This record gives sequence, structure tokens and C-alpha cells, in this order.
Amino acid sequence: MAGNDVKVLGAWPSPYVMRPRIALNIKSVAYDFLEEQFGAKSELLLKSNPVYKKIPVLIHDGKPICESLIIVQYIDEVWNSGPSILPSDPYDRAIARFWATYIDDKWFPAMRGIAAAQGEDAQKAAMEPVVEGLVLLEGAFKNCSKGKKFFGGDKIGYLDIALGCFLGWMRVTEKLNNVKLLDEAKTPGLYKWAEDFCADSSVKDVMPSTDKLAEAAKVILAKIRAQASS
Amino acid sequence: MAGEVVLLDAYVSMFGMRVRIALAEKGIQYEYKEQDLSNKSSLLLQMNPIHKKIPVLIHNGKSVCESLIIVQYIDEVWKDKSPLMPTDPYKRAQARFWADFIDKKIYDSGRRIWTTKGEEQEAAKKEFIDCLKLLEGELGEKPYFGGESFGFLDVALIPFYSWFPTYEKCGNFNIEAKCPKLVAWAKRCVQKESVAKSLAESDKVYDFALQMKQRLGIA
Repeated sequence: MAGNDVKVLGAWPSPYVMRPRIALNIKSVAYDFLEEQFGAKSELLLKSNPVYKKIPVLIHDGKPICESLIIVQYIDEVWNSGPSILPSDPYDRAIARFWATYIDDKWFPAMRGIAAAQGEDAQKAAMEPVVEGLVLLEGAFKNCSKGKKFFGGDKIGYLDIALGCFLGWMRVTEKLNNVKLLDEAKTPGLYKWAEDFCADSSVKDVMPSTDKLAEAAKVILAKIRAQASS
Repeated sequence: MAGEVVLLDAYVSMFGMRVRIALAEKGIQYEYKEQDLSNKSSLLLQMNPIHKKIPVLIHNGKSVCESLIIVQYIDEVWKDKSPLMPTDPYKRAQARFWADFIDKKIYDSGRRIWTTKGEEQEAAKKEFIDCLKLLEGELGEKPYFGGESFGFLDVALIPFYSWFPTYEKCGNFNIEAKCPKLVAWAKRCVQKESVAKSLAESDKVYDFALQMKQRLGIA
């Protein structure tokens, strides 16, 4: 914990960038938020993440850490006097890591598929795996929360951060495509959890409003569609 | 802490080998259950319903899935012997980063070397070697990725060494010539009993690959 020079390289619309910001908020650690411009990567980013050239990057005392979930674990381990982010039990940790990996490897790519889908039929088809995934995550929520507000229990934890960061984009997707992803009937636990997560003090200031995100989304979605059709 | 340990695995899987090595490093007794992935057992489907993949560790009846998650679990539960993760948080982040890189890049490009031909194969070979060279840079002059002792990142990568002869034969190239330091590291690792007894024999890996190529209709 020597020094406290903490920087986050990122962009406000990115759910991945939200993850380390929430984690730092949980630990009450101040940081400089260095925003990347959409479409142009800074020298600092290219130098700090030469392998992937992607955000977020955490730079702590000059040393870069890349990959959002790895950054969150790093934050949890360095600032270990603050509230814990990972569960304390090894089995619970394995379960949290499993679902976070599932979210990144399977669920969010499916969500991106909705944006890329052209036409109502394609969109309906694209939604299926996303909704199925949410039903699975509802099961995970029941098992992990054990009746409490969050995956992490009384307080936000690793899996809350891993999934919750996508809520802004989920709401935009619902709005722009006129669909329902988080259904109160199908996934009641997650439906309530979403409200609690967004209202949390560590999340409130970094979760953009749906309207602001919808504006940014139009630019980004156009890009995703162009990539999908090329 | 001890209790019953079962591993659902497949002999030639690099991901399975990671878990075997970790269990061996910790001196854990376990039951090994070879899985037929073309005809998945009800136990596998029950223990990994989401991905239906191996390896799966079953500890006291509870399943842990995903090889790197399993290795960290083993390291955390059996924490008094042969620690695999570094203690320093920054080094831990680096180990996780490169292990994740291996999963994202090395596995995929390696697979394309033995399942494709022509231009696609050449591109795969180049990507594979470029990735190994990055890892060589990360290794530097250290005996192991973990420093003086064998650790998490060594466990993550060494199983791929059992597949090198298969990549070389299918791709008609020599990995040692391009990445001598990495191969020297691998040879150092296989001196360890935990690694030697966990890695699949390269001949058997090659036979498997040839069978798969036939089954997939690849020449």
C-alpha cells in the first residue's frame, strides 16, 4: 500500500471499466480517472497494455494491471483492510469466479449479439441465449445470496460487480429494442437485485443514466453492426 | 480439509493436466475418472451442467469447474504445502493475466495448427510462436515463471508442452528452434515428478490428434 498513486484508464460507458471503479469505491480509494477518447488509443494505454491495447487498465504506483476481473482481485488483495470483495471461503470464491467467467465468456457475448442482430426475427433469436443465461444467473443468485440482497451477501461482492456492470447496457438494450431482459416474473431475485445494486453507494456515481448511455450506444452500436456485416 | 477428491478428466487434455499437476504438487490423494467426451457420463453432466466439460474437481461432493479456477481452489484449500500462487498482489495479478492469455491465445492458435492447412495453418503457426515469444519475455532469466519455485503460471503452461510434438508434426516446424528459452524451461519443469507423472505422453497425444482429424474429416 506504499504510495497511493492510483489511476484508472478507461471510458465512462464501458461496463468493464466500471468494475475496477466500483471496487475502488468499495475500498474508499481515491483515483484519477483518465478517459480514453472513443476511436483513438492514447500512448499511455498502448504502453500500459501492449498485449491487448484495451481498457480498463489500473496503474498503481506506475505499475499497470490489465483485465477487469484481474484488476478487481488485485484491488481486493492490496487494500485488504477495507470491506472484502471476494468471498472468504475457497469454495464460494470458486463459484464466484466460475460465474464471472461465464458472464464474460458466454453471457455478455450473447448480449452483444442482440445489438448486432438486424431485423425483428434475428433480434428475437439473439435474445434467447441472453434470457436463458439470466435464468441460470437467477439460480446462481439464489445459491450465492442465501436470502440476502447481493450475490456477496449483505454487501456487494465480486459477482455483483461482474454482472452488475452490465445493467446500464441491459437497460439501453431493453429501451432501444423494445424488449424485456430482466423480467420480474422470470427472474424475480435478479430484478430486485438490479435495483439494489444500482442504488448502492459504491455504484451510483459510476453507473451512467440510461438516457446518457443510450446516446453513446447509438454510436457504438453502429460500429458493432458494421463489424458484424463486414 | 482432506475428504474425498475426485477428478473428472480426459488423458490428453492440457486443462486436465493442470489439475493433475496441482494435485500432485500438494500430495493429494484422489480418484481419477477418465471421461469419454463423445459419450458424456451422467456424472459429468450433473457436475458441470453449464459447460459439460472437463476437468471437474469434485471435493466432498461439491464440484469446481474451469481448470484455472480449480488450480486456485486447490492452492487455497491445501494452502500449507507447495504454494502455487505468488504472495505479492502485483505478481499474482501478472500470473493471472498470463494464464488468461494462454487460454485466450495459445490454446486457440495451437488448435488451429493441427486442424487446418495452407494459409490458415501458416497464420496459426505464426500467432502461436508470437505468443510463445511473449511468454519467453515474461519468463526472462528466471528458472520458472514463479521465480525460484514452480508456480501457478508454470502449471498453466507446461501441459501444452505435451502437445508440442503434435503441433510440430502437423505444422511441419520446430518450436525449439524458434523459442529455445521456453523449451529449456519446459525441460526443467518435466524434471519435477508432479509434472512428469501428470503430462500425457506425446505419442498418445499425436495418436489422439490423428484420430480426431479423421473423425472431423480433416486430412
